[in-house]
Amino acid sequence: MTSILSLFIIIPLVGFVISVIIPKQNESLISKVAFYTSGIQLLLALSFTVFWCFAGMPNVNIKKFTLYKSDHYEFFIDFFCDNISIVFLLMGALLTFLIANYSRFYLHREEGFKRFYNTILFFYLGYNITIFSGNFETLFMGWEVLGISSFLLIAYYRDRYLPVKNAFKVFSVYRIGDMAMILAMWMSHHIWHHNITFSELANAEVVYETVHQHSFEALFVAITIFIAATVKSAQFPFSSWLPRAMEGPTPSSAIFYSSLSVHIGVFVLLRTYPLWESQILVRVFIIAMGLLTAFMASRASKVQSSIKSQIAYSSVAQIGIIFIEIALGLEWLALLHFAGNAFLRTYQLLVSPSVVTFLIREQFFNPKISKTDVKRSKWANSLYVLSLKEWNLDSYLFHYLWKPFKTTGKKLNIIPNKLLLGILLALFALGCFAYSNSALFSHETQVLLPYIFSFIGLILVLKSFVERIHIRRSWLLIASNHAWIAMAISLNERFGFEHVALYLSGISIATVLGILVINNLIKKEPSVDLNSFYGHVYEYPGLAFLFLLACLSMSGFPITFTFLGVDLIFSHIHQDQLVLVCILSVSFILSGLSIIRIYARLFMGPHVKSYHSVSHRSA
Amino acid sequence: MTTSQAFDENVVIHKLKHYLPSQAPLKDFVHHNTLHAFQEQKFERGIRHASKSFGYKVSLSLSEYRTLFEKGKIKEEILERRIYERHQLSELLHWKHKVLNKIYSEEIPRKIGKIRALWKSKYHFDIDSVVHTNLFRILNSYLDQGISDVKFPIHNGSLISSIDYLEENTYVSLFKTKRARLLLKNFELGMKPLLEILVGNERYFEQYLIDQQFSHPGWSGLISEIELHPNSLLDTRSIQLKELVFLELVLEIDNLDHALGNSWQALGTIVDFDPIDILKDEEFTELDEVLTIWQEAYEWTYYDEVLAGVQQHDPPTSNPARPSFQAFFCIDDRECSVRRYIEKEDARAQTYSTPGHYGIDAFYQPLKGSFYTKICPVPVQPKYLIREVGIESHHKHQYSYIKPVQSFFKGWIITQTIGFWSAISLMFSILRPRLSNITSHSFEHMNRYSSLTVENRSPNHKIDHLQVGYNLKEMTDRVEAVLRSCGLQENFAPLVYIFGHGASSTNNTHYAAYDCGACSGRPGSVNSRSFCTMANHPEVREQLALRGLIIPKDTEFIGGLHDTTRDEFMFYDVGALSPENEKLHNLNVVKFERALKNNAKERSRRFATINTSKSAKKIHKKIKERSVSLFEPRPELNHATNTLCIIGRNGLNQNLFLDRRAFLNSYNYEIDRDGQFLIGIVNAAGPVCGGINLEYYFSRVDNEKLGAGSKLPHNVMGLIGVANGFEGDLRPGLPLQMIEAHNPLRLLMIIEHFPEVVLKVIQNNEHTYEWFKNEWVILAAINPETNEIEVFRDGRFFPYKTLTTEIPVIKDLSKLIESTDQDLPVFKLH
Repeated sequence: MTSILSLFIIIPLVGFVISVIIPKQNESLISKVAFYTSGIQLLLALSFTVFWCFAGMPNVNIKKFTLYKSDHYEFFIDFFCDNISIVFLLMGALLTFLIANYSRFYLHREEGFKRFYNTILFFYLGYNITIFSGNFETLFMGWEVLGISSFLLIAYYRDRYLPVKNAFKVFSVYRIGDMAMILAMWMSHHIWHHNITFSELANAEVVYETVHQHSFEALFVAITIFIAATVKSAQFPFSSWLPRAMEGPTPSSAIFYSSLSVHIGVFVLLRTYPLWESQILVRVFIIAMGLLTAFMASRASKVQSSIKSQIAYSSVAQIGIIFIEIALGLEWLALLHFAGNAFLRTYQLLVSPSVVTFLIREQFFNPKISKTDVKRSKWANSLYVLSLKEWNLDSYLFHYLWKPFKTTGKKLNIIPNKLLLGILLALFALGCFAYSNSALFSHETQVLLPYIFSFIGLILVLKSFVERIHIRRSWLLIASNHAWIAMAISLNERFGFEHVALYLSGISIATVLGILVINNLIKKEPSVDLNSFYGHVYEYPGLAFLFLLACLSMSGFPITFTFLGVDLIFSHIHQDQLVLVCILSVSFILSGLSIIRIYARLFMGPHVKSYHSVSHRSA
Repeated sequence: MTTSQAFDENVVIHKLKHYLPSQAPLKDFVHHNTLHAFQEQKFERGIRHASKSFGYKVSLSLSEYRTLFEKGKIKEEILERRIYERHQLSELLHWKHKVLNKIYSEEIPRKIGKIRALWKSKYHFDIDSVVHTNLFRILNSYLDQGISDVKFPIHNGSLISSIDYLEENTYVSLFKTKRARLLLKNFELGMKPLLEILVGNERYFEQYLIDQQFSHPGWSGLISEIELHPNSLLDTRSIQLKELVFLELVLEIDNLDHALGNSWQALGTIVDFDPIDILKDEEFTELDEVLTIWQEAYEWTYYDEVLAGVQQHDPPTSNPARPSFQAFFCIDDRECSVRRYIEKEDARAQTYSTPGHYGIDAFYQPLKGSFYTKICPVPVQPKYLIREVGIESHHKHQYSYIKPVQSFFKGWIITQTIGFWSAISLMFSILRPRLSNITSHSFEHMNRYSSLTVENRSPNHKIDHLQVGYNLKEMTDRVEAVLRSCGLQENFAPLVYIFGHGASSTNNTHYAAYDCGACSGRPGSVNSRSFCTMANHPEVREQLALRGLIIPKDTEFIGGLHDTTRDEFMFYDVGALSPENEKLHNLNVVKFERALKNNAKERSRRFATINTSKSAKKIHKKIKERSVSLFEPRPELNHATNTLCIIGRNGLNQNLFLDRRAFLNSYNYEIDRDGQFLIGIVNAAGPVCGGINLEYYFSRVDNEKLGAGSKLPHNVMGLIGVANGFEGDLRPGLPLQMIEAHNPLRLLMIIEHFPEVVLKVIQNNEHTYEWFKNEWVILAAINPETNEIEVFRDGRFFPYKTLTTEIPVIKDLSKLIESTDQDLPVFKLH
């Protein structure tokens, strides 16, 4: 059984790799690869399910392999399969198979045909890693793949402004979920003192005991997991990203944002249920939030006048109810509801262009003519306006989350760069000195230093985030942030240099690669800066791809060892250092955003050159 | 813009309406010249003017032309001819070098967006990205035709007063600041006070407004269209472009106040350039000239072949024998090949073409329909109503889960039950597509078992000022006009088929664009059937005979509908045929079947997903599947191949393979020496075919700005338009999937008549004449007696000598069809 399980990861992986290699022109081969990948996976999933049912629906755990191990820390990839995984597996396999077939015709002759299938298969890989993950680390790998493939699919029409803007918006919200996940991982290290596997959670007694021994920590884990799930499933207050994600070709919106991707939050809650099952407060909280979301989203969907956003909000409302079902412990009902919702929304999105035919005919034969001058109560009108404005969620998110960072960042620009550089160099030297001569510093100073250094790192990221002109500066600021973090953590806890090396390995490669690409681009296009979108992918797709790789490694995406390093770095933060962990989280969120921002500005958006057909900004 | 003049908002609004894209809501999609605003200039000048004012790309790019030249799609001798027709012979080499080799920058400088870009550059405030989302949302909610469940409260029949009413009666405002709420109340003061706040300096007002409205031409264009035709919405709304502008200005102030507080001032105080006249024409550059030469060379390479082919047509044969049947089709380019196949199936059959509304200028009301649908060309204002009566209701209210269910308890039940059912229907629709309630099916326009009120019972029988049906004289007039204009006035076959046409597609927001243009984007079944009712009417026959048009007693007319997507025929009132004719009809049906299958095969060469070398039967099945597949963005290619319009006797093109590129209009000059019928034909065909052709042209050369872009991400907005994603502007024009097979050539209209008559005819109507005079449609006349060709240029006819001498003869048409999916040259069929 375990060998079949690993196939569920290997098949999408192989399919993805092959699809990347096939030349762009060969449409039929690309779609065949997708057809066979999803088809074989579907057959295998069906037969596996039968087999698994006959075997008595066991929980299967495979401890696959250890990526890194030191005396107090082990990073291993682990897989786990139970009824939840099976339901998600079947849904994923079936819907992906249908969409892969659908898109074969639908996307025919589309410029980005190959890119579309690459991304779909990449997404599918991430999805399967996620649903079969046996521990948080593995889950997080899949999670990251989902995040980046979402970004790429929303920005599928990368030569237009709105898809890029919205892809960035969604990515930035996802980033909050990522950080919540890292925090959950961090805290659970401290609770369990090792990388807990999901199969261990099945042992209710142990879990119960541990949770109640560490009630604050357990609450922290539960809340962070809930935030992560809320983000991914577009629940209150993050709902507004979902309708905005509907920028790609309709089938991709159907599979991602109405069925599979948006239910990942449901999966995470189901998966971690034993962790918070015994915390009544958490369950009540989830139910309350579920109710709130269901109410707000269903009101919002009633007033939407575009079909896709109406479907999006209807789906969000149902997911709110699914969250309630989970919190009530109704696992099978939640799974059933998930499947029904995913199917229905996929169908509705795929046939969404038909509403014109269908509803105009309806209107013609059974007219519902709007009455004019209808009296509605002031409350009803207020509710209407609020729903129309999507409860202001989108603007609040901007206002309270991103704007403070932007304003602070801009304020920092008052300090002259040269002066800042001087101070930083001096401080960095001080840090190195402190690291090698710790005896010279008082204990209080030593405790304070990690905070100071990580805070400096954060400031640099902020500066990078608001940089408008100098691309290289923005890029190097992000890179140096990592150096400051490494310094801060080295001072926080004594550990071997190899941890830092591991952490900085991917970063340093990324820094160099990024600089090379930027230099090359500036040589070709001297006018480029960070003030607007340039869309240079039109002329330099190769450079754009290299830069994307650089961005991914810079942001700790699981293609370099930096991915391990991030987890490792966090393991060196003590469980009582909440402030430190917050500083670090914020700087990870912001550096991720700053990185993607550079990529988007340089390579995406309407092409700055107008010798070919370029869309209106508002299109 | 004359900067000395004071700002007058009505003048600016008027200008805006003139230049904004005028596209009706989706259900009434009708093709028109995208750049109609520039039609008073010559084509080559007008399009460049548009390009420089609004940044459109208006022709292929140099590299595309040069590639066509290398591939032989543009011939060298034609290119040279174009050059020395435009320049002195001594400059030929000079210009040829420029055309072929000189490197130009094809960047289109921007005039639009300049002044409002200051918000971003001076205040780092991206005004559009905040304002547009809210603005579009309000407009869409106000106009929504049935997507939202809770409607925008409509008050006093106007947008601004509705918003004002809502603001008065709510605890939550649509706006962010108090000043905006107060400003909204001053609609009657006009936009000037608002512009004072935003722009300050009056010299920049006009530029600012044009700039603003052209930052979202889709919405602005639609609203100025709805203002003009409020009835284009079933659930009517009155709205004015003025209101949109006013609201947008208020929203701009609102957001500026909110984001920047007191730290912003009017643009006029910080602007560092003089006002730019966006609408002013700029200098015609050398690059413009080079591109014009290329475009003409590209066009004439094809025209020349066609003209040579038409010139070499066989001499008209007099056919003394009675034809086996006659069939009429619409002038639509999609009907051109089916006529060829029918004539191939039956050498004694005769086919004709005439605009597919068959002279029926009426509204149509289907059974239980709550509205009237116009079924004649858009400019016509009908005075008649044809109603469907008889059979039981066939339009039941269908329960559907296409529309998301919102109330969350109901939603909860439904997702868990119907959710799974939708999985099954999804699987079916992907694996085995079939007709369903979401298909727009041409045969559903009118039920074949119902009857139509074609004949007027009494002059007082009127509904909503529309006369129900036609009286005897009116019927006779219409039948006579169609038959005579096509040149059919004797030698009637026992059966005369009148075919309307329509299309079927699923998951297609632009379905209305696929139906008959002459019937206002509806299938032509009501028209063909009504026409036959009239032509079969004994008293009409008597009246016709009095007018010298004698139709034999045994001749019967049969109405039909050709589904151009599925290649199927539907016949109406077959039961009323005489037994002999019914027998003949049954024989003909077999021939039609074969012709349709072959037609499907010929069409299939353009579809990469169908293997054209398969048997016609297999291909026909595949073709039918396209119309019902959810995942098929190209159910058919519509007018994608249109380039020609031929008005003349059948003999002119009967033996030519024109690759479905021609609108055909049957016409016999012999019975219309002074061109009286021709006036009607040209007045209809010129703007209609020209409009179709130019919409394809512009959507093809700039699919992003003048077309709708790829249809794959389209989102339906309020059932009136499509936009990308959640917050995009509406996308007028044609989507990528409709135009990618199109080669952007202007329409060449060939008329078989004496040039002096043709000249008189086209000058009869000023609007029609503009199309030809300014060369938005190219016109050629072929002298029926001498066979000489003259081409209309700069207001007069010039003799034209074709460079093509030999037209290749094609023996095996199916081989040719299987050989390529590209446009084919002209062939002779023998």
